[in-house]
Amino acid sequence: MDLFLQQIVNGLTLGCVYAVVALGYTMVYGIIQLINFAHGDVVMIGAMVSYSVITALAGLGLPPVLLVGISALIAMPACMAVGYTMERVAYRPLRHAPRLAPLITAIGLSIILQHVALLIWSRNNIPFPQIIEAQPLYLGSGPHSATITTVQIAIILTSLVMMVGLWLLVHQTRLGIAMRATSQNPQVAGLMGINVNHVVAFAFVIGAALGAIAGVMIGVYYGVAHYQMGFLLGLKAFSAAVLGGIGNLGGAMLGGLLMGLIEALGAGYIGDLTNVCVLDRWLPGFSDLCANQPHASLFGSNYKDVYAFLVLILVLVFKPSGLLGERVGDRA
Amino acid sequence: MQTFWRLGLAVIVALSLAACGPKEEAPPAKKTGSATEAPGVTVKIAHAGPLTGSIAHLGKDNENGVRLALDQANANPIMIGGKLVTFELLSEDDQADPKVGTTVAQKLVDEKVAAVIGHLNSGVSIPASNIYHKAGIPMISGSATNPTLTERGLTTVFRTVGRDDQQGPALAMYLAHNVKATTVALIDDKTAYGEGVANEVEKALKGTPVTLVGRERTSDRETDFKAILTKLKARRPDVIFHGGMDATAGPMIRQARELGITATFALGDGGCTNETARLAGTAAEGLICSQAGLPSEAAGKAFLDDFTARYGDVKQYAPYVYDGTLAVIEAMKRADSVDPAIFGPAMASVRFTGATGTVEFDAKGDRKNADITIFTMKHGRLVPIALVQNGLVSAFKR
Repeated sequence: MDLFLQQIVNGLTLGCVYAVVALGYTMVYGIIQLINFAHGDVVMIGAMVSYSVITALAGLGLPPVLLVGISALIAMPACMAVGYTMERVAYRPLRHAPRLAPLITAIGLSIILQHVALLIWSRNNIPFPQIIEAQPLYLGSGPHSATITTVQIAIILTSLVMMVGLWLLVHQTRLGIAMRATSQNPQVAGLMGINVNHVVAFAFVIGAALGAIAGVMIGVYYGVAHYQMGFLLGLKAFSAAVLGGIGNLGGAMLGGLLMGLIEALGAGYIGDLTNVCVLDRWLPGFSDLCANQPHASLFGSNYKDVYAFLVLILVLVFKPSGLLGERVGDRA
Repeated sequence: MQTFWRLGLAVIVALSLAACGPKEEAPPAKKTGSATEAPGVTVKIAHAGPLTGSIAHLGKDNENGVRLALDQANANPIMIGGKLVTFELLSEDDQADPKVGTTVAQKLVDEKVAAVIGHLNSGVSIPASNIYHKAGIPMISGSATNPTLTERGLTTVFRTVGRDDQQGPALAMYLAHNVKATTVALIDDKTAYGEGVANEVEKALKGTPVTLVGRERTSDRETDFKAILTKLKARRPDVIFHGGMDATAGPMIRQARELGITATFALGDGGCTNETARLAGTAAEGLICSQAGLPSEAAGKAFLDDFTARYGDVKQYAPYVYDGTLAVIEAMKRADSVDPAIFGPAMASVRFTGATGTVEFDAKGDRKNADITIFTMKHGRLVPIALVQNGLVSAFKR
């Protein structure tokens, strides 16, 4: 039970990060039906900028939480600038081009961002200074029960606050109304006096700001950053957005959380489920191997990256609109 | 149809030109070398290892080891074959990737280097060694520990570092008798080195009272180890052994402590660096790791002083790589030639005292009498605590 609870805690933390990144994908898709494949690299830029800020200010003796806060506050405008520039320079000129053109542009942008980061922050694994001592809090009695660290709690709370904030922004403000109107029909929204270019740019900027926070969270959580870290993360978050129903904000949050849980539980249990001794019960022929190595399994947790894409394929085959998606085939 | 024939003809011409090319070019190149009667000759020595990527710090460390040895040789030029020899370093990046490694190997063969010092990773060294062997170029690795490297009868392959089937049993013995572990779990990174060393530890533990409580796999590019660590936590191991490099060991240990795992971490030579402590922070304190050879502070004070004065701290394998380079120079002196075909066989009879003790190779090209040193982490620095020689553990004395 402790084991299960611990995997849930791990999965929830990971899921919150995925959800925040997935929101960036889904907002842009909801408004202009573009899959911004460079979004994962914006997250990477966020992590890198916050790393630079933290190391630059580490000598000042500020409290660690404040230091991370400052780094996030600097990473956000940096990523927002990257997001705005991407939209203005690369996507806006292609707004009315065939759909494949902006998609390929997005992949090109992703490569450009990675290599800019390579030039600035080097190819090496960058260790985040361990400024926040992750204190494990025990969720049961005894030293073997499940734990949740202060960092994990901070990640979950920050993500929830951001999701609620975004929800309020979209559903309670004039800008939110403009965004929803544009997503329903850009031409008519333009006729109603909405500046469509502003709304689209705003979606990119907000998505990039969320990405920056996600980058800071990942850096502090895992303790390492790398110039290629955004690629796989972006693909997984994109799969999460598709799982929830791309273009749907609630769907991205749900999809992200589910994706985190699927990955954590999958990586945690696949080894036990494909254990040679367990398999031997149904599929004889493993008994020699089982006697020798009782812990050997056919698939280990090194297959953990597979789940996100397995889910993506299953969703596209059986429910292309996703769990909460309202729109049908023609847009997805 | 006509175009097809023309194309075919063009291909045949191109192929025959390519086939003739090297034959026609090679002799003049040699002639200019001997005919000019220059007082000196330049010999290219190659270093190959990861200079980019997550273990670039180790590759750079190796490169510095080779450079130091060559610079020292150039400072007091030696006469070989009646000529003053100047050594030139050619360093290539294999990105710790077996596929890139073979490309780099072919490039170095084409550059006609006299010897290759490298590669760093076992998984890269093994395929690359085939290419060097075909070209007759000696290859000396100062860090590849997987037994397979020297088990394939390739006479041009050597290593100055110990093997995993020496390291594995030494670590297993230390864990069983000195750490007094009763339960051990293993994690490997699925590379030739990581999986190999974990297999050796597993095999050696079978002969001890220790129970193996789990074996997990990850990859050498992973950063999230929470799922496997959570799984192992439930099995309550006294010791977790990780077969992998410092780039994965650091984050792994840090995440384990965050999960409340109190097990002692044990690592092979790949994780036995101060970088592990840099990545893991205070969580790395008290880990146990092994290096396949003598610690340089014991064997090569002169090397250590020279190296730190020029490049700062030794990361890991620089002393072994330095000794590998010295072995090449020594063989050239013995054979009185810089031609790999002539000095190559002399490598087998080399014997000298280098930065890691007496360097001598056995019939397979492995280091003779390689000792294993056990280290622990204290205040973010590795400290040698024990030596394992011929299956006997003794405390490390300065």
